[in-house]
Amino acid sequence: MKIEDKKRVLREMVLHRRFEERCYQAYIERKIGGFLHLYPGQEACCNGVMEAARPGHDYVITGYRDHVHAIKCGADPKEVMAELYGKETGSSKGRGGSMHIFDAGKRFMGGYALVGGPFPLAAGIAKAIQMKGGDEIAICFLGDAANNQGVFHETMNMAALWKLPVLFVCENNLYGIGTSIERSTAVVHQHKRVAAYNIPADECDGQDIEIVYEHARRAVDHVRSGNGPFFLELMTYRYRGHSMSDSRGYRSREEEELWKQRDPIFILRDRLIKEGALTMAEFETIEKETDAYIENEVIKFSEESPEPRVEDLEKYVLAERDTQLPWLTGKAA
Amino acid sequence: MANIMYWEAIQRAHDEEMARDPLEIMSVNFAWLAMDQMFNSAAKVRYMSGGQLTAPCVFRSAGGAAHQLGAQHSARMEKVFMGIAGLRVVTPSNPKQAYGLLKSAIRCDDPVFINEHELMYNMKGEVPDSEYFHPLEGSEVARAGTDVTLFGYNISVHWCLKAAEILDKQYGISAEVVDLYSLSPLDRAGIKASVSKTHRAVIAEEDEAPVGVGSEVIAIINEECFFELDAAPVRVHSALVPQPYNHTLEKAAIPDHEDVVKAVLKLFGKA
Repeated sequence: MKIEDKKRVLREMVLHRRFEERCYQAYIERKIGGFLHLYPGQEACCNGVMEAARPGHDYVITGYRDHVHAIKCGADPKEVMAELYGKETGSSKGRGGSMHIFDAGKRFMGGYALVGGPFPLAAGIAKAIQMKGGDEIAICFLGDAANNQGVFHETMNMAALWKLPVLFVCENNLYGIGTSIERSTAVVHQHKRVAAYNIPADECDGQDIEIVYEHARRAVDHVRSGNGPFFLELMTYRYRGHSMSDSRGYRSREEEELWKQRDPIFILRDRLIKEGALTMAEFETIEKETDAYIENEVIKFSEESPEPRVEDLEKYVLAERDTQLPWLTGKAA
Repeated sequence: MANIMYWEAIQRAHDEEMARDPLEIMSVNFAWLAMDQMFNSAAKVRYMSGGQLTAPCVFRSAGGAAHQLGAQHSARMEKVFMGIAGLRVVTPSNPKQAYGLLKSAIRCDDPVFINEHELMYNMKGEVPDSEYFHPLEGSEVARAGTDVTLFGYNISVHWCLKAAEILDKQYGISAEVVDLYSLSPLDRAGIKASVSKTHRAVIAEEDEAPVGVGSEVIAIINEECFFELDAAPVRVHSALVPQPYNHTLEKAAIPDHEDVVKAVLKLFGKA
């Protein structure tokens, strides 16, 4: 990665980290309701892969831990936070919430709450790209436990059979909610599981963004060149619980500390300092500027935005009726 | 009698009935993924095999709107399970039922789906100290009355009870509350008996109206005691929308006891 890119991505990763930590605080303050799944610890996964892809051009889909993926694709952090606040200005107009961030304009095709649900949707997007003949690819970010759903196998089979332009990124954070991968999964190394479908796969460290980037670049090239799907497993760790209602009783504090010593932001920061491209003072300025941006723009926007109107409760359930009359009534417009 | 919480009552039944281990599906929203096994296999195997095989399994699963969980985590799915031949569906409204229905479901040789509500696990209530098997069929009069029957199940029983209190104190209307803890089969005799007494019916459900408990109860009323009616039965139900995340919209989408009161007043021409 080029020095300028690394500095830019470091700033983005700091935003992603602080954004999520601010969500935590807003949840405690009851500004955010429902379920909230946070991303700290895994930032190098989304950033490393998307640096190798084309954010806003390639189609991205993921599960419920979706805020950072949306922002990386180009979604406005203000609109993502406003969604968490349930506001009309939110990316899903307050109807979706944390697990359902969507920004179709930025080709972020959504966060979904059912584990494994996005697999076939990603394949469907890839099929559409293939039929239209574009140079985009579909990228599906999911966790390790999603691979235990039956639909994983159905999707892998069809993606391989039809040579679909889809990259499956498995962010293996070692836990499916509170169950460790050894206790839930017969084959712990996830990249081995697609061999049965002749899908090429790779596995690497998910904490060092430059390692992720190098592996992702090969994976993206493979898919974009028309060779069919690719499966990339990234070994990572989420610092917080699965959601806010998780006190992490299923793992030791020592294990958590061990992973925090390989923090994706600090790895990149320290490397840039070593390369003489950054000073600690500059990094602290980035953090301060990020916090100020989140407070003065993101939170302010979310606080001040209007709620959806109760009269609009049934809006978006179906297409606007007026636009559908010929098909609904059988009469010409 | 012990005054314990709903989830504690379930735990006690689990502990006592070790032989057949019930399957807990964390949320009914996830149950869609197991539909093939539940509907095509468990519910049909006895019939398809001419009685050779049985599937005496118990599925417990919680559903319902539980504070801003959004469209994919707030479903009510009892209507889906109710429509399947070969499957029994029960839905406890209090800790005693939660305990006794689970114990009977485990002993019963049919597959039973137990529909719970995510907001009810901390509800407290009396549970018998000695072993108790609640019938899987039938209904219960949760409050006796003479002017109108309020049919509820699970969480909506509590809206009905609260509404009955308000109707009695503020409007002098005596409402009977019938708890439909068995959704499949529905208690035709119990529905007929209450409506024949009160001549009016309101059915309250958290679910959307189409193809729901309300429509089924009204069909039974029509079939069993149409000429007993003094007014057309009314359904109180959720708006036909995927559950919105926003708190205000969510509240607007689902009914509560006030909607039951309003429906009754309308029935009596008082609103």
